[in-house]
Amino acid sequence: MCYNKIKIEFLSKSQNESFARVAVAAFASQLDPTIEEITDVKTAVSEAVTNAIIHGYESDEEMITIEAIINGTELTVIVNDVGKGIDNLELAMQPLYTSRPDLERSGMGFTVMETFMDSLEVKSDKGRGTSIIMKKIFNPLS
Amino acid sequence: MHLNFENSEDKLIVYMAGELDHHSAEEVRNIIDDRLERDSYNKLIMDFENVTFMDSSGIGVVIGRYKKLHMRGGKVCVTNIKSSVKRVFELSGMFKIIMLYDDIEQAVNNI
Repeated sequence: MCYNKIKIEFLSKSQNESFARVAVAAFASQLDPTIEEITDVKTAVSEAVTNAIIHGYESDEEMITIEAIINGTELTVIVNDVGKGIDNLELAMQPLYTSRPDLERSGMGFTVMETFMDSLEVKSDKGRGTSIIMKKIFNPLS
Repeated sequence: MHLNFENSEDKLIVYMAGELDHHSAEEVRNIIDDRLERDSYNKLIMDFENVTFMDSSGIGVVIGRYKKLHMRGGKVCVTNIKSSVKRVFELSGMFKIIMLYDDIEQAVNNI
């Protein structure tokens, strides 16, 4: 059974969104993914990190942590912030809902994560932060 | 993200190149809106041929321009969308209100 793990930390600056998704994609590349699988992971990570920046920390610059774990053919990505947390998780996860209509957001972040990954779990404590745990199973090429 | 503009009569064409995410979206939105206002265009063609990555921020950018132009009787369409970008757009049901064309020529002839 193949096992591997990384942990990265970066400031909640929007410039780091591309760094975060490329770093996770590079780590996942050892699973011999298809281009479509790697794009799925990049898109889901981008959504989770954007949420942490816009909603978790609002305009503050704090650290975001990403852990990525490979276990066999399964990739787990955990995106953590210690920001303000989500008021109403059920509402937040509804397609097209956005708590910030002023920002021209589509409200599709969680829907993208759910669709492009195989599982999504969100843990949030008001005032303490949010953890997004996403998993994807890669189909071996052979 | 790099933007290049062209016009065809009353239509503004924007060629986008690079990654469209939350970070680049704000700049893209401002530059396109400036251009729309400056020359009072009502029709916008957004070309995605060289967009190498897009997350849901791209939906907000397109729908935002649609709302703006729709209010004054204008139109927005998108062209040259590759499958990875299309999958993100399709989740939002955006194509119910925004036309998709294979290339610029088709878009110019149809909107």
